[in-house]
Amino acid sequence: MIEGFIALYIFMLAAFVGYEVISRVPVILHTPLMSGSNFVHGIVLVGAMVALGHADTSLTKTIGFIGVVLATGNAVGGYFVTERMLEMFKSSKGGAK
Amino acid sequence: MIDNWQSLLINSFYFLAAALFILGLKKMSSPVTARGGIVWAGVGMVLATLITFLYPDISNFGLIILAIMIGALPAWWFAKKVAMTDMPQMIAMYNGMGGGAAATIAAVELIRAAGGEHGLSPTVQTLAVLGALIGSVSFSGSIVAFAKLQGLMKSSLIFTNQQFLNLLLFVITLALGAVVIFQGASASTTLIFSFFALALVFGVLMTLPIGGADMPVVISLYNALTGLAVAFEGFVLGNAAMIIAGTVVGAAGTLLTQLMAKAMNRPLSNVLFSGFGAKGGQEATGEDVQGSLKPIDATDAAIMMAYAEQVIIVPGYGLAVAQAQHKIWELTKGLTERGVRVKFAIHPVAGRMPGHMNVLLAEAGVPYDMIYDIEEINAEFEQTDVALVIGANDVVNPVARTDPSSPIYGMPILNADKAKNIVVIKRGRGTGFSGVENYLFYADNTRMLYGDGQKMAAELLQGVKAL
Repeated sequence: MIEGFIALYIFMLAAFVGYEVISRVPVILHTPLMSGSNFVHGIVLVGAMVALGHADTSLTKTIGFIGVVLATGNAVGGYFVTERMLEMFKSSKGGAK
Repeated sequence: MIDNWQSLLINSFYFLAAALFILGLKKMSSPVTARGGIVWAGVGMVLATLITFLYPDISNFGLIILAIMIGALPAWWFAKKVAMTDMPQMIAMYNGMGGGAAATIAAVELIRAAGGEHGLSPTVQTLAVLGALIGSVSFSGSIVAFAKLQGLMKSSLIFTNQQFLNLLLFVITLALGAVVIFQGASASTTLIFSFFALALVFGVLMTLPIGGADMPVVISLYNALTGLAVAFEGFVLGNAAMIIAGTVVGAAGTLLTQLMAKAMNRPLSNVLFSGFGAKGGQEATGEDVQGSLKPIDATDAAIMMAYAEQVIIVPGYGLAVAQAQHKIWELTKGLTERGVRVKFAIHPVAGRMPGHMNVLLAEAGVPYDMIYDIEEINAEFEQTDVALVIGANDVVNPVARTDPSSPIYGMPILNADKAKNIVVIKRGRGTGFSGVENYLFYADNTRMLYGDGQKMAAELLQGVKAL
């Protein structure tokens, strides 16, 4: 779908975005943010699904199956861990929650 | 091959997902909007996952759904049940799973290419192999990190010529990867498997010598690596959502890793290759320490704090181990009711991960605007009556300022020693992770309150209430 230099441009721009987004983060949010970015690379699930979808031998099906299980673990686990951490942030001024 | 509407639909969903991920991360970088951030990213993930079922030329839908269910249920259950103190290892585990998944994508694509089913260009083949290498290292390395943090693996394995052997193994793995690339369609499955096996072993051996104190940096590094591996496999599959999300995480994770290593004043190479954090307790000599350790009991310490104008609490990993965060918050409320100004000072590397202490304190209900970074609070110690150090050690060791020969020299520390009085809650006389004797504990205005953090916090609370 995406090829060659276009992919390279995406790569470069995304790298800058990643750097910028995190560069102004207070230390207090480092762990939740690490957890959040851990969740975001759970998008590997999409790739794992495609890989398993392409698989046609029992070997590739097995590997692809493991891949989807692992990727789902990354996405689901990453989401709920991050959510639990972030739920605890509240202000003493009684703002959120 | 690809119907236009199908391609358009899939790509617009991926586009939306990528935008939601970036906006979600952006929102997560401020405490006020952080909770919304993860929901945005979550919506993006669900959209991307659902639309992938419409992907052209894929089959095995039953297997895909089964695998998702098998993966989702335990991950959901553990993420909900595990105690807050164990969060670092959960992140390590879930991160490793992502790395492993990236590696399996490469494996499937490489094996299919080797079977002559579809040709991969040399560039794509190279990216697949690189992603496989990085993903595998992240997978097995994260499992070792998990085992160490979970306490399943106590000691750090260090042997002579370890770095040389690791380097050798790495070079062999790379060489094997190069062979896989050059042979392309004619590469045997055995060759591909050997490459993966070596990459996994390398991940284990690379992580084994790194000590518990350095795990935050390592987890953060593997997080960034997994992101990169996902981006590479995104190139292989021509999937823009994976390229963007993976690269964003790779870049953000790299920056986070640098920030952490910087806070410890140690170059990343030092963390990874010196085995420094592993020597905990062995270097402790304390021969030339001036002064003595002066114990205090909880009642006296409570009086000292209750009549103070300002108290700064410096929590460390000991607080997490003792699960003392709830009692500390009660103590804080008790002191605040008496008109004492209480602040929390958090060192960037206190605990096991950056922000670990903030999370624990937040769990107990401490509002985040009572919690201060090192830069914000360091100047205030001089006007502070009592600095209460609980379960922290290296991050308040003045040696980091004064002794150039010390392994922690140059590390920014919290200036707890400048407070008028210092009370240190500590279980025993051991040293911190660096194994360096802490001169703060011997200072004239320091009093040692020996005992379990939670129990001592409770006794302090009683003491304050009794007044």
